[in-house]
Amino acid sequence: MTGEATINAAPLLEIENLDVTFATRAGPIDAVRGVSLAVARGEILGIVGESGSGKSVTALAIMRLLDRAGRITGGSIRFRGIDITKLGTTDLRNLRGAALAMIFQNPRSCLNPIRTVGDQIADTLRAHRPLSRSAAKARALDLLAGVLIREPEKRISAYPHELSGGMCQRVMMAMAMACEPDLLIADEPTTGLDVTTQKAVMDQLAALVRERGMAMMLITHDLGLAAQYCDRVAVMQQGLVVETAAPAVVFSAPSHPYTRRLVAASPTPTSTVASLSAEGTAESRAAHPHDINSGNPKGVIPGLVPGTHGAAAEVSAIVAPWVPAINAGMTPVELDQRGTLLVPLTPPPLMTVANLVMRYDRDITAVAGVSFDIGAGESVGLVGESGSGKSTIARIVCRLIDPTTGTIRFDGADIGAMPASTFHKATQRADIQIVFQDPGDSLNPRFSAFDSIADPLRRLKGLRDGMALRTRVLECATRCGLGPELIARFPHQLSGGQRARVGIARAIATQPKLLILDEPTAALDVSVQAIILQLLDRLRREQGMAYLFVSHDLNVIRMMCERTIVLKQGAIVEQGQSAVLFTAPTDPYTQGLIAAIPHFEPGSATPPSAGRRRLG
Amino acid sequence: MTTLASISRRTGTRFVSSLPALLGVVVFTFILMRVLPGDPAVFFASGPNAGKAEIEEVRRLMGLDQPLLYQLALYLRDIATGNLGRSLTTGQPVLADIQQRLPASLELTFTALVLALTLALPLGIAAALNPGKLVDHAVRFACTLGVCVPTFVSGLLLIYAFYYLLGWAPDPTGRLDIFAQAPPRITGFLLIDSLIARDGTTGLAAASQLILPAATMALFVLAPLARMTRASMLAVLGSDFIRTADAMGLSRARVVGVYALRNAMLPVLTIAGIVFSTMLGANVLVEKVFSWPGVASYALDALLASDYAPVQGFVLLMASIFVVVNLTIDVLYGIADPRIGIE
Amino acid sequence: MTTSTLNHVAYVLRGNLVTAAAAAGTALLIAVAILGPWITPYDPIASNVSIALQPPSFAHWAGTDQLGRDIASRIIAATRLDLLIAASAVSLSFVVGALIGSLCGYHGGRVDRWIGRVVDILMAFPLFVLAMAMVAALGNRVENIIYATALINLPFYIRFARAEVNVRRNLGWVEAARASGNSHFQVVTHFLLPNILPAMAVQISLNLGWAILNAAGLSFIGLGVQPPTPEWGIMVAEGARHITTGKWWLVAFPGLALMLAVLCFNLLGDGLRDILDPRMRT
Repeated sequence: MTGEATINAAPLLEIENLDVTFATRAGPIDAVRGVSLAVARGEILGIVGESGSGKSVTALAIMRLLDRAGRITGGSIRFRGIDITKLGTTDLRNLRGAALAMIFQNPRSCLNPIRTVGDQIADTLRAHRPLSRSAAKARALDLLAGVLIREPEKRISAYPHELSGGMCQRVMMAMAMACEPDLLIADEPTTGLDVTTQKAVMDQLAALVRERGMAMMLITHDLGLAAQYCDRVAVMQQGLVVETAAPAVVFSAPSHPYTRRLVAASPTPTSTVASLSAEGTAESRAAHPHDINSGNPKGVIPGLVPGTHGAAAEVSAIVAPWVPAINAGMTPVELDQRGTLLVPLTPPPLMTVANLVMRYDRDITAVAGVSFDIGAGESVGLVGESGSGKSTIARIVCRLIDPTTGTIRFDGADIGAMPASTFHKATQRADIQIVFQDPGDSLNPRFSAFDSIADPLRRLKGLRDGMALRTRVLECATRCGLGPELIARFPHQLSGGQRARVGIARAIATQPKLLILDEPTAALDVSVQAIILQLLDRLRREQGMAYLFVSHDLNVIRMMCERTIVLKQGAIVEQGQSAVLFTAPTDPYTQGLIAAIPHFEPGSATPPSAGRRRLG
Repeated sequence: MTTLASISRRTGTRFVSSLPALLGVVVFTFILMRVLPGDPAVFFASGPNAGKAEIEEVRRLMGLDQPLLYQLALYLRDIATGNLGRSLTTGQPVLADIQQRLPASLELTFTALVLALTLALPLGIAAALNPGKLVDHAVRFACTLGVCVPTFVSGLLLIYAFYYLLGWAPDPTGRLDIFAQAPPRITGFLLIDSLIARDGTTGLAAASQLILPAATMALFVLAPLARMTRASMLAVLGSDFIRTADAMGLSRARVVGVYALRNAMLPVLTIAGIVFSTMLGANVLVEKVFSWPGVASYALDALLASDYAPVQGFVLLMASIFVVVNLTIDVLYGIADPRIGIE
Repeated sequence: MTTSTLNHVAYVLRGNLVTAAAAAGTALLIAVAILGPWITPYDPIASNVSIALQPPSFAHWAGTDQLGRDIASRIIAATRLDLLIAASAVSLSFVVGALIGSLCGYHGGRVDRWIGRVVDILMAFPLFVLAMAMVAALGNRVENIIYATALINLPFYIRFARAEVNVRRNLGWVEAARASGNSHFQVVTHFLLPNILPAMAVQISLNLGWAILNAAGLSFIGLGVQPPTPEWGIMVAEGARHITTGKWWLVAFPGLALMLAVLCFNLLGDGLRDILDPRMRT
């Protein structure tokens, strides 16, 4: 299907003034409002935006796959000159999968669980081509080989549950490519995959699209991903396209205020906690590259910033400063020449974990002999891909579950010896608190924000209902940026960011010495994440808490933690000062992890990355 | 292949793990017999006017003077050798009675199940494909109503309508009209036996007797089956892989027939197993209403006549049928769902 | 709890007249059960053979039975007994089942797996036969009908509570409750049970209908309640003898009462489900 010169002049896909409305109980909601976009042949267009921006709805509207409640209420979608919004079901089915294909988020659930992947690819082929069963099977084998699946002969008769998430996404790609479509829509194709898998899948997807001269529409919330793989980027907010330009332009000189905020809030290899808010835009950061405390000037207590001598001086200046409140018993710590942390000399660390092992049943080892220290007021990051055991460690250290073996000393006591089932009675319970991932699941749906925050005070501080309790709860809430008007609300009446704040307020209510953060921002949009990270950073300074920060997001860890521990399959592969570890990782696994983070460089007009082809 | 091996291994473990349940039922019925009012020795002696010495003799012969555990062992040995005791009301060994009457119950239950499935599946699917439309509302209404009518009421009302008012159905007693000649007994299933004997008249007579009780029971289980089919089909139609199939441009017939239906049938299969065992229980009521000479009415008559050996035998039989049904469902599920081997 | 919840309930009731009607019907049933003895037009157990087997008329709008007793009066008088049996059986199995189920679901491990298997086996077993055997063994009394009905309901509650707790046990707020200093038992009683209660309410409502059918079925076959006590199942059983001679009202009216009672509870259960989670509508 070579494009005729006449058609070539017009874009492959042209969306004009598209409106999509969802019928809901509260009345119609306009999910997409007058969106106009165009995709040229061979072009990769990125659509970025946060949740609720209408980016996925736009994609589904192009495929006419909106669910019953959603309807296209205005505008046109012209694909190869034909208005898709006016097509009948038969024409639509002939178009889908053949000229227009789509791949989705969460590939494993997108494949039929009780049909072999080979059959599913063959189904797509036979829906559009007059192929015999065996011919379709043979073609499916080629396609699987084409998406670099090892041993395709074996995988072709595998069921989706027998394949990894990354492999399932490759199978989806093979299906989408089966009939050589002109346009591929990829809706968050790598969300939920590990960062190294994401890189492999995206590299391959981009290569296939380039190789076949197809056009692609990449829908993502990750600006880094869009910057790395797209020719042009459209930014959507609340159903509107606010800005469309080349990624270098959008990310270095965003013109729309929303884009500016979004770019600022997206963590990059150089961003700091303070620079995540819109005020700290590229220009202001360029002016004061090392002034990382611009957001919290009052928090700086220079006398206590450790290691301000020798080679480490520069390092510590880049690292978010380590400045707990004076009364928290802060101890100076020394850094050696390479910047690695030496054991704090005078008082022992707040927590010492030694030879932690966690085995389930017989076979599965979640944690395989992990040892580390956390100093008073120190922030330690725990990174790793899924299955690395990081969340298990967080729960063990928080004494919610018992390890198979290993010792945990906290503040001079052997808390590892106390069983988790009775740890709620231990005096240390109030000193170790935890903040959980999904803000939707971390709050009891039947507790108001007040009750959630009050619960640990009632249980651990023995406060009874009354003025004292009310004052404490309000104080914690205010400290976490929750107004008193929100305190009586139930979780479903709060936004994601507000719920995260309640979770944090609950955890700091007992004034713990160690706060464990288990992916506290993983489920949040970047702009909300930026605010929550700044809140967490400020609270640590104010309260002198130590953090054990668990995350899969290396940029977040780098910003939030002085020291980082990299985990792989339950074991530590590398640990050290964040500034050193992220700039000069020694272990190949860490190097691979860091290299796989998709990123853009704000403030510098980077040339398009390798492999990007100039448009003809 | 490996799938076959994993299914048979799974079936094997399921069978072994259901043995304790079977044993539990045996012990339960044993204890049941011991706590029931009345002295078994008196029943098994020659009659109510048997002498004290004779009763003592029977007691000794039956091992009732032995410790309870020893009696349990004896009982288990009896069961293992197929000795389920003797019924007082019929005077026959319980095993023989059950063998005589089981085909009647099974014929009724299977006919009802087939009837219910042939109606429930299309109805449930039709409703799921047209949510919110007239057919959906009609199916939902029928389902809601269906579970509310007790079998004994619907059975009696069917008799009133089709026997008394319309005169279409024969006299609602037993499996065959008293004037009809029963076919030579081969399987005990009248429909099959008359088919083997190429006896159309008898077959028709048997079928006309069967249709009302089978319809009564089918009506009772129609609702849960149709409801489950609809719910499961709706859930599958809303799932991600159906959206993928649509996005790949597969034909509607293929999406609904192959992608949606096969997945939706998995929970229906599980429900069908539970429905079958519900029907075994409901047999008691339906057989009573239609004077059906099945095992359930046999057990019920015995129960009301304080004749406990048949009741024990009946509960044991139900437990064994239940084990067989569950194993069948397991095997079918193992064939239908490739994910099962993983768990 | 809050105005938004009330608004939601009002919304569902407005949009769903069936649920509103079911709620009204249930209220009526309960009123009849309470007022029973005072609103029966005739003495429900006084026989008068001279007016036996009369079809519905102005004097006896549901007709009379084989002993000349007024069927309408007997149906009204039976409401209390039938509802009482169902309600006591269901509350018994609910309390025991919810506690066992949620403790199992929360605790997990070997005991949980073992109980789960027993429950699965029990659920698949012909439960009516089990109830029959139990009543036969314990004696033909009303309270034994209640125990038998409660026992055969128990596996459903255990399984339901277990599943509901199981999906929640690893959620952040449950672990957070532990970190906030709650014991395991407090987590179950203060956090998990209140959360699964609304879903259990649906189950209770659906189960009430089932319990009524079950108890009526037992007395239909001659177990449990004994004549001349008015009870819907017995009335149907007594009428069964006369159905082949066309005396339909002996069966139809008590049957209708049974059906309406079950229908009300089932529709109310469905409505409650809609109120709690519109997505679960089936």
